[in-house]
Amino acid sequence: MTAHNPITRRRYRRNRIAMVFSIIATGMGLLILAAILGELLWQGVGGLNMKVFTEVTPPPGADGGLSNAIYGSIMLTLVGIAIAAPIGLLAGTYLSEYARGSKIGEAAKFINDVLLSAPSIIVGLFINAILVVPFGTFSAWSGAVALAVIALPVINRTTQDMLALVPNTLREAAAALGAPRWKVLVFIVWRAAKSGILTGMLLAVARISGETAPLLFTSFGNQFWSTNMSQPMANLPVVIYQFAMSPYSEWQRLAWVGALLITAAILFLNILARTLAARSR
Amino acid sequence: MDDQIMTQTADHIATDSVAALKARRSVEDHPVKLEVKNLNFFYANGHQALTDINLSLREKAVTAFIGPSGCGKSTLLRTLNRMYDLYPGQRAEGEVLLDGRNTLSPKEDLNVLRAKVGMVFQKPTPFPMSIHENIAFGIRLYEKLSKAEMTNRVEAALREAALWDEVKDKLHQSGLGLSGGQQQRLCIARAVAVKPEVLLMDEPASALDPISTAKIEDLITRLADDYCIAIVTHNMQQAARTSDYTAFMYLGEIVEFDRTEQIFTAPKNQKTNDYVTGRFG
Repeated sequence: MTAHNPITRRRYRRNRIAMVFSIIATGMGLLILAAILGELLWQGVGGLNMKVFTEVTPPPGADGGLSNAIYGSIMLTLVGIAIAAPIGLLAGTYLSEYARGSKIGEAAKFINDVLLSAPSIIVGLFINAILVVPFGTFSAWSGAVALAVIALPVINRTTQDMLALVPNTLREAAAALGAPRWKVLVFIVWRAAKSGILTGMLLAVARISGETAPLLFTSFGNQFWSTNMSQPMANLPVVIYQFAMSPYSEWQRLAWVGALLITAAILFLNILARTLAARSR
Repeated sequence: MDDQIMTQTADHIATDSVAALKARRSVEDHPVKLEVKNLNFFYANGHQALTDINLSLREKAVTAFIGPSGCGKSTLLRTLNRMYDLYPGQRAEGEVLLDGRNTLSPKEDLNVLRAKVGMVFQKPTPFPMSIHENIAFGIRLYEKLSKAEMTNRVEAALREAALWDEVKDKLHQSGLGLSGGQQQRLCIARAVAVKPEVLLMDEPASALDPISTAKIEDLITRLADDYCIAIVTHNMQQAARTSDYTAFMYLGEIVEFDRTEQIFTAPKNQKTNDYVTGRFG
């Protein structure tokens, strides 16, 4: 009956047109993602074997693996996040809980947001100037610090956002029991925001594990197996960058494998973060 | 005349409650616990929310604050435990004497004050932790107990809040999993667990269903045997049922403060009469 009404009919038609456009747009986005993943799998899986994990990056024309780069990437990311997580957590807590509404707080939040979108190559150059040039050598430490600088604003911001989601009534309830402010924060507010903050940290890990530019001028790369944090250390993104640009087919094959590994790791971290976030609800 | 107004004002009050109202124990000889003298309160924007408030709360008696939204009832309650101190810029002038000592003094230790003056909020605010931990959190702020002693204290508090039978088998499950009414009783249990002297309740039943509301009201009546209770409510029947004294507030001032039956049966002020008979508000 309603369908005979010209107004409703027009609405149905418009709805259908809007729906078709939205579906096409969604499909285009997904298609690009699928193409990237498909190409990675197509090119990467073929080169995947045990040698990738047991042998170091080869000289041109020879056969080898990525073990040094995998180890390097894991170390750089872990050390980077170990530096950034506590600082980001505390800074985010200060900005959200203590400096809310104050001029300094608002300014710091703004600067943090600028840092959030700072090009990573600038971060690499900056760390190069303060940690590579003075010591006279590329080093894993400087690479980890560069990654930390990139992760820091991410963690800071997500911490602020997650703490802002904690209802004020919860803070009041804890304060009403006579709990001092730091206890309210540590035992009630942090706990309430825990999974959100952890999710932010995981996403920061995912973000820095694929960063290339900041490592080019800091950790650089290393053909050999090295666990010395004071020396240059190989890492997947820089190896991919070097090998993919090379004319050697073995290197190109390893670049595809490396790209596949990083993508798989980031995908895994994102799924983990989503699961965490979903469980907290 | 009295009976006429009674039927007019309280058509929802069950007859037994009216009987209870009339047979209310005498609390006039109870000593004064909290005395408010010439209290003025200002928000950060300079708006004056309370003007020249004078009243006293007696020990082991329930005082209800009624009045239309925005009349300052909650604000008054929040000056009694200095909850407003959490928000910079808000200030109170005058005196709030707890056992004769001015708690508005800047030297007052707020954590000690809030241990003595507990608060229950409109929205149930269980902490994001187990039922047991919700209660133990407050106790731990003041006492170092063995595990067995703590178990006993938690049980005692839950019994006092008439929640024990419903949760005794799931003490280590999250407090967030309880129903709204149970959560609110958990919050009351949490407040009484730290053995306060005064209990402030800010519309403790307004977010609950009628059955939960009845349970909370029963609880308030029983708690009045041990505590000085101040309750803010929008529900006039609730004020009539639970309180010994009632203060009618309007535009930040106390219009009338008297024995509850006086306020509801023979108010002296026309405005009070209009409000309790439902002509405005």
